[in-house]
Amino acid sequence: MPGPGSRPASEGPIPHLVLANVAKRFPQAASPAVDGVSLELARGEFFALLGPSGCGKTTLLRMLAGFEMPDAGSIRIDGQDMGAVPPYARPVNMMFQSYALFPHMSVADNVGFGLRQAKRPKDEIAARVAAMLDLVKLGALARRKPGQLSGGEKQRVALARALINEPKLLLLDEPLTALDRKLREETRFELVRIQRRVGITFLMVTHDQEEAMSMASRIAVMEKGRIAQIGAPAEVYERPANRFVAGFLGAINLFEARVVAATNDLLTLDSVEIGARLTVTHDRVLPLGTEVALALRPEKLSLARMPDSRWNNSLAGTVRGVAYRGEASDVEIELTCGKIVRATMANIGGARDTLDIGQPIFAGWSGEAGVVLEQ
Amino acid sequence: MTNRLSPFLGTMIIVGFAFLYGPIASVIVYSFNASRLVTVWAGFSTRWYVELLSNDQIRNAALTSFEIALISATGALILGTLAGFVLSRYRRFAGRTIFGGLITGPLVMPEVITGLSLLLLFVALGQAIGWPKERGVLTIAIAHITLGMAYVSVVVEARLSSFDRSLEEAALDLGAKPAKVFAVITLPLIAPALVAGWLLAFTLSLDDLVIASFTSGPSATTLPMVIFSSVRMGVSPQINALATLLLVAVAAAVLIAGRILARTRNSPTT
Amino acid sequence: MTADRWRHALVIAMPYAWLLLFFAAPFAIVLKISLADQAIGIPPYTPLMAEGKIQATIANYQFLFSDSLYARAYLNALWYAAWATFGCLLIGYPLAYGIVRAPLPWRSTLLLFVILPFWTSYLIRVYAWIGLLKGNGLINNLLIGAGLIHEPLALINDAFAIYVGLIYTYLPYMVLPLYAALEKLDPALLEAASDLGCRPSTAFRRVTLPLSMPGVIAGCLLVFIPMCGEFVIPDLLGGPNQLMIGKVLWDEFFTNRDWPVASAVAVAMLVLLVLPMAAVRRQLTGESV
Repeated sequence: MPGPGSRPASEGPIPHLVLANVAKRFPQAASPAVDGVSLELARGEFFALLGPSGCGKTTLLRMLAGFEMPDAGSIRIDGQDMGAVPPYARPVNMMFQSYALFPHMSVADNVGFGLRQAKRPKDEIAARVAAMLDLVKLGALARRKPGQLSGGEKQRVALARALINEPKLLLLDEPLTALDRKLREETRFELVRIQRRVGITFLMVTHDQEEAMSMASRIAVMEKGRIAQIGAPAEVYERPANRFVAGFLGAINLFEARVVAATNDLLTLDSVEIGARLTVTHDRVLPLGTEVALALRPEKLSLARMPDSRWNNSLAGTVRGVAYRGEASDVEIELTCGKIVRATMANIGGARDTLDIGQPIFAGWSGEAGVVLEQ
Repeated sequence: MTNRLSPFLGTMIIVGFAFLYGPIASVIVYSFNASRLVTVWAGFSTRWYVELLSNDQIRNAALTSFEIALISATGALILGTLAGFVLSRYRRFAGRTIFGGLITGPLVMPEVITGLSLLLLFVALGQAIGWPKERGVLTIAIAHITLGMAYVSVVVEARLSSFDRSLEEAALDLGAKPAKVFAVITLPLIAPALVAGWLLAFTLSLDDLVIASFTSGPSATTLPMVIFSSVRMGVSPQINALATLLLVAVAAAVLIAGRILARTRNSPTT
Repeated sequence: MTADRWRHALVIAMPYAWLLLFFAAPFAIVLKISLADQAIGIPPYTPLMAEGKIQATIANYQFLFSDSLYARAYLNALWYAAWATFGCLLIGYPLAYGIVRAPLPWRSTLLLFVILPFWTSYLIRVYAWIGLLKGNGLINNLLIGAGLIHEPLALINDAFAIYVGLIYTYLPYMVLPLYAALEKLDPALLEAASDLGCRPSTAFRRVTLPLSMPGVIAGCLLVFIPMCGEFVIPDLLGGPNQLMIGKVLWDEFFTNRDWPVASAVAVAMLVLLVLPMAAVRRQLTGESV
């Protein structure tokens, strides 16, 4: 995939973490959990593995931590092969989805656990624990037991416990899933801030595309044990490689079509489905007759009572439903052909430009708004 | 939701507890009866306690029972914990189904069958390899370990299956070797189950009449065996006194243990 | 990871070997001796192999079938155990339900007090009933004192005493699984039922009872088999007409010193009681044994 995001976005091109053709199949499983994944991470990256449950992202994470052994392929950190290295000897730490805080130890003892295993001197441990608790703003709770903490506090203890060992790689398993919505949004910023400050490579696993896009500098979307696309968040969102990626990263309208004309950067498509011709920019010339799909994010659709001259494409329909969301409204439009498309309208005009159910409307978009999916 | 008790349920709780505790209370009350006739109240007296304490047969039997209970509870704890681990952690190995059947077997097997079969084993072993030479404390303890380990394994398995495996993984991830993980994470977290299992095995052993009768020899008479032969002769005030002492001791031990466990278990393991 | 493999193997092998030796192997010996003859001597049975020939006899089993005492004791045991199980359920269900519905701070205490008798001596709990049920026992004295009866009722050495003893001894075993099943029940389900027009009694019948069936089954299975094999209760509370199979086995062994017949009784109990119940349990709960 050429493009700005496919190379490590941050500092240098030193291969820090290298996965080569990693594969894993569990006994009695019908299909492999991880099916030949190759990946390179640069030092200091914040990387996200994104995918639905069962796509193999957690298995991949567990292989990096050393809890599962790959059947094939290799994992290297700074050139060192991790194949035979047990979890307790890896320069990798993990923040567990359940946090896995030791319930019988205080916050300070939890955070200092790794340093005690490394047999650091007592006063060094005390000092580093105090500093780490300050970093995650938990200094006041050092003596508490995990059972006496709120969800957000537990999350920060888990982070501190993993970070204090200064691992080469920090694995985060659904780090925000257990938090409620408001706290989740605040914590996103907090995690990114802490990651910048400590400079440790973060590898996060999540099923929440918003979480992945808002925090990570690069995302790998996984499907059925394989990586479907790697790239910067905007690239993966705006230029999905296939229908799965397009559909997984937010709502999308798809129009099945066939190429009827192609110039250097412009395709003309004929869609039997909606009985219309559509034009779209594309960086490859496709042979005439190729079956493709035109993918269109709801926010790229404009709605108006009359077709706009700036639109390259326009479709007529009626308003079928409006869901007001505050900052925007989702609108369902039934096209003349019967197909339902979705549009998102920013609520700039306040309560004035409301849409009525059943009202005729035109939906339009420019040639750059859509993406051609070849598979 | 009407979370109040209906009169019917309230009555049933009272009736149920009266049924459970009435007979026990009657034993305690009559242990302080001055009359030899157990059912005629003739004033308060502690003479049966005095007689009991000077009864050598009962004292020796009590000591034997305690010795057996200590050995068998400890043995049952070790083997039962291993078995609990096997049941909850080793999902696949050759013979797992048989193992599951064997470990729960003693729980459902009528005691007379367990007792008889173990005795016959000891006799056959004695003939074949000359061990055990005679039956007594050791053979009873072996029988009680077999029974107790089944109970311990159930308790330990329950605790382990509600145990978040990621706690152990987290410790591994933070640099602790497997043996260390077991010592500093697993063991402290299943400790309440181990204490409960040990106590269970201890009281089971202390309480058992049937299996001990089969597997004991002339050298070992346990407390339940003495109580049983004495009770067969009829109700005796000394037995009331002994029963009261046992009831108080066990109730106190269970309540104290429960209190300690409640205090150490300051947060539930998720 | 070979060190790991060895550790796993050891962890499995230790309890496994113990159980094979002290739980499984004994049954083979019981089976063997049930095919031997009684003999005067130590041990009091004839060897299975003598003079190079197998000397097996099924005489002991023929004896069990020819003497109606054994069939009666077996059927008695099933009969008493079945009714006592039902009795436990009758008392235990409302008790467990009452505890579940009791205010939260009381619950664990109430439950502890249900379990507490289970920790105290079983023999003494049976013994307590002798004092209560005897001809000159507490209950008769109270009834006579109240002028309700003139002659003491024959409460002990009778089927009544067996039922009381069985229900009393096994009640905690019944309450625990019932409590566990009832506690899991989401109160919102009853609210939903009442919201949808169920009276409380209907809601109980249509929602609570079906959802607590796993607990009912678990409790019944837990108490039924040990009840069938009881020895102490028929011995201390029952009379000569209340023979139960467990007591017959005991008497064959200790009183008649007939080890082969005792073994044959044990094998018959296994085949006719324990194995079918294990199969039923497997069928009903889906768990092994």
